[in-house]
Amino acid sequence: MAETVMTGEMQEGGGVKPRASGAQGPWALAFRKLTADRAAMVALAALILIALICIAAPLYASWSHTDPFRSNLDGQVMVDGKLVAALEQSTEGLGLGYTPVGPTWQLGNYFLGADNQGRDVFARLLYAGRNSLLIASGATLFTLIMATIVGASAGFFGGITDAVISRVLDILWAFPIYLLAICLSVVLINQSMKIGPITIDSGSLLLPIFIIGIVYVPYVARPIRGQVLSLRRSEFVLAAIGLGVPSSRILFRDILPNVLPTLIVFIPIMMAIDMLVEAALSFLSIGVQQPDASWGTIIQDGVGLLYTRPWVALSGGIAIALTVLALNVFGDGVRDALDPKAKLRIGAK
Amino acid sequence: MKTYYRSLLGCVAGVTLLAASTGIASAEYMAEHRGGTLRVVAHSAGGTIDPHINYTLQYWEVYQTIYDGLLKFKQAAGADGFTVVPDLAEAIPTPENGGKTLTFKLRKGIKFSDGREVGVKDVVASFQRIFKVSSPTSGTFYAGIVGADKCLKDPKTCTLEGGVVGDEAKGTVTINLVAGDAEIFQKLALPHAVILPADAPAADAGSNPVIGTGPYKITAYDPNKQMKLERNTNFKVWSEDAQPDGYPDVVDYDFSLTDEAQATAIENGEADWMFDQVPTDRLAEVGTKFKDTVHVTPLTAWWYAPMNTNIPPFDNVKARQAVAYALDRNAMVKLFGGPSLAGPVCQVLPPGFPGHEDYCPYTAGGGPKYNGPDMDKAKALMAESGMKGQKVTLITEDTDASKSLGTYIQSVMNDLGFETGVKPISTNLQFTYIQNTKNNVQMSLTQWYQDYPAASDFLYILFGCESFHKDSDSSVNIAGFCDKEINDKMHKALELGVTDQAAANKLWAEIDRAVTDKSPAVALFTPKHIDFTSKRLGNFKFNSQFYFLITQAWVK
Repeated sequence: MAETVMTGEMQEGGGVKPRASGAQGPWALAFRKLTADRAAMVALAALILIALICIAAPLYASWSHTDPFRSNLDGQVMVDGKLVAALEQSTEGLGLGYTPVGPTWQLGNYFLGADNQGRDVFARLLYAGRNSLLIASGATLFTLIMATIVGASAGFFGGITDAVISRVLDILWAFPIYLLAICLSVVLINQSMKIGPITIDSGSLLLPIFIIGIVYVPYVARPIRGQVLSLRRSEFVLAAIGLGVPSSRILFRDILPNVLPTLIVFIPIMMAIDMLVEAALSFLSIGVQQPDASWGTIIQDGVGLLYTRPWVALSGGIAIALTVLALNVFGDGVRDALDPKAKLRIGAK
Repeated sequence: MKTYYRSLLGCVAGVTLLAASTGIASAEYMAEHRGGTLRVVAHSAGGTIDPHINYTLQYWEVYQTIYDGLLKFKQAAGADGFTVVPDLAEAIPTPENGGKTLTFKLRKGIKFSDGREVGVKDVVASFQRIFKVSSPTSGTFYAGIVGADKCLKDPKTCTLEGGVVGDEAKGTVTINLVAGDAEIFQKLALPHAVILPADAPAADAGSNPVIGTGPYKITAYDPNKQMKLERNTNFKVWSEDAQPDGYPDVVDYDFSLTDEAQATAIENGEADWMFDQVPTDRLAEVGTKFKDTVHVTPLTAWWYAPMNTNIPPFDNVKARQAVAYALDRNAMVKLFGGPSLAGPVCQVLPPGFPGHEDYCPYTAGGGPKYNGPDMDKAKALMAESGMKGQKVTLITEDTDASKSLGTYIQSVMNDLGFETGVKPISTNLQFTYIQNTKNNVQMSLTQWYQDYPAASDFLYILFGCESFHKDSDSSVNIAGFCDKEINDKMHKALELGVTDQAAANKLWAEIDRAVTDKSPAVALFTPKHIDFTSKRLGNFKFNSQFYFLITQAWVK
């Protein structure tokens, strides 16, 4: 029962075995193990730092008197005590092309330089981080909720329900993930999406959250189904069924709490994956839409400036790499703490 | 036309023709430069290789050296290239029967690349084939030929009976028109009217080259890899103006290189010319280190932002005018690469075009030339329009330049009070998408390049009532603009062009002002074209009609 979970110890497969009276609970043990993992803690600190910096984006924009969503083609930047144009015209040769001002390395003053619209890249990078983190979090939450509902239903009810759900998941998972996400984005990006009474505007961040969230449901749902299927045949569940406990109570009080550690292990992993997918979609102009930014759009903005202002693309790339690295390291720590023998990554596409 | 995907046209207006006589040499052929392999590169192939179907600048440039029509635009540098000269025909005929009958006498001794002589039957069959393969301009350019209506209804059985009549004995072909057409000679000089063998397949040739009469023939074509041109050994020069001999022995046209890779290949001497434009981040480098091999040429074209006059918010003229006042053309020129690569405009007809008279109502302080945006006036008009808060979706191409310009327009329109979203669409699809009236596109960003120098090619095609088609995927009047009074004036100018071109151009100038005042589209800038060539490439010639004359360049 649920009480058993909270007072037992983690066992292989996410199950729980009773513990001796006075010993630490599984959550406490897991927490202790996690906090003892230095790499995971450094990664967590990095994640918190990145999140805080990104959350402070409006403060930075206000402090540096810049509007990162507005073109600033005639803007000027103070560099070494001199005012220079945010977009400088080439004066040599045939005088072709404009080059945005490069990094000043001064906070509050075009720290990473300007993009081709004369906008402060660093300010946009911070706002982009908010969107990237929000989409990754939202998509992860959406995936986990949907996967839990779908996987638990298939595993618990079995029979035709399981057969139908499993086949649908198999079909969905048979598509290359990126291709599926791109197809959905291309179709949905130019029009609002209606799901019953809910309407999602084409420019809304909810759209990439939904698209990225939905394509990874099979990835999480299939192990959840397997785990629920295993729990469904465990003695304590069979006993509850024998005692006439309603299915809903068994599902919510006995099975789902045992699945929870697996779901928690999935969180950082999924966030990292979702962030990469979001970056890819935004890079292809079918994710976050202008004038909003994500780290993927920052890289896209920088592609046309690679030869002259590589920091525009590099900054977005570095931000993604650091965050995904931190999520992966933290995810490893969480997995080791909660589910030491899981092999979640093996099947990842 | 569009640079990559030209769209349908059809109109009647006049332009000045130089009735060039046959056999006039325009330049001396320099035999010492003959030979070698010219390597040109592009991001992608231009689609079907069929000259009666393909409607891309990319292949129209290539066709110049492969195919011939009865008439042809002169293969000369600069504006001289706008001149129509006789090609397979001995001379440009004098129109008879009120301009409705044109009789062409074929030159003798001209051979296709397989050695067969060009005959009257080939000419008649080629005109029938335009309809049999449903050429994109069959319903416009050539719809005025007698019998075209039947051919358009049932292309497979097209005979153009009474429309194109051959006389084997006299060696003549007579084209009968339903009505006089002041632009018929230009239309006959376009690649869609080239002469192919009578037994050419009556369907899209796809990737299988159809033989022609020019100095080169296509010997291999793989749209994913390469097009190879080699000399047509049966070619002999009959008119230096229409079809001069080429210099390189072989032209390798390689596809699937990114813009960056193309520029790098030229810098390294691995390629001689790139079809695509130099990427924006390489402009400064190319314009500095390779300035001697960069050729910048003004084009008779414009970048513009059509606004759908049939749906909110741009069914309100004040909302349209507000946008026209607010957009800073100088800023957009900057985004396009600077004054060396574009010039700001306010009106439809490009500078130097027939009918162009400087006019710019949408600028600070007013005046014939653009001085900068007038945001105060724009905001006042916006307030009067009552369209604040309206959502607008702007459709751009997915090129760097188009996306960048779209982002700027979005920023300005949001300042005005619109809620603007930008949707970049693949360049291959964008023009097709925005001219599909079923898509209800509110606003888009696109370009128009002349098919031939006539005011009607811009004003009537882009803003004439007849160019707008409801529920159609081929409505080139993207703004859906139809003003009866202006349209009547267009018809009057078209008719006037047959007899008095100067008076017609005056009238077109008036129409240009009237259309500009109604602002169905915001005129943004006229672009300039960059050709980046290798150091070894010589004799670069830019033809105003078909751009780079590929085989007139030498590599030896």
